[in-house]
Amino acid sequence: MVQPDAVAAAIRLALPEALVEVEDLTGGGDHLQVKVLWEGFRDLSRVKQHQLVYGALRAELASEAIHALALTTSCPS
Amino acid sequence: MEASLKARIEDLINGSPVLLFMKGNKLMPQCGFSNNAVQIFNALGVPFDTFDVLSDQEIRQGIKEYSDWPTIPQIYVKGEFLGGSDILIELYNSGELKEKLAIALAS
Repeated sequence: MVQPDAVAAAIRLALPEALVEVEDLTGGGDHLQVKVLWEGFRDLSRVKQHQLVYGALRAELASEAIHALALTTSCPS
Repeated sequence: MEASLKARIEDLINGSPVLLFMKGNKLMPQCGFSNNAVQIFNALGVPFDTFDVLSDQEIRQGIKEYSDWPTIPQIYVKGEFLGGSDILIELYNSGELKEKLAIALAS
């Protein structure tokens, strides 16, 4: 399991000034819903946007500390 | 990645117009995210093939490396990586998925 705050911090470290919302869906810390709003996503494909977020959480995903991650990415309108 | 594994993956994704790498199969998905993907394709009524990564550890790890994508399911259309569960749901809700698949399956 991971702390939602630590997940948000890891994402913000990789994507400076991103707005990150992390919701722990089960309370167990391993099923997370993450929303990321970041200017840097502009003009990137959805696949690329998600890859950037996954990249920030590589260790947590590889170790399955995060078992399930529902991810939504967007850029400011 | 080993050339033989890469070749296996490319054979798979080029062998089906729509291929879903998932946990379990169409009738018995073993994970909620994989199940979502199956339900979306069923709802659209398009033909699709699946590969059960739980049956093959080499592919299970290899596909993550191949696409630089750490999670399953993964969807390939005409050999091109479309994304995972969240992107599939977004594309379905916006109507883009139906359009993409119609074009892919017509050619």
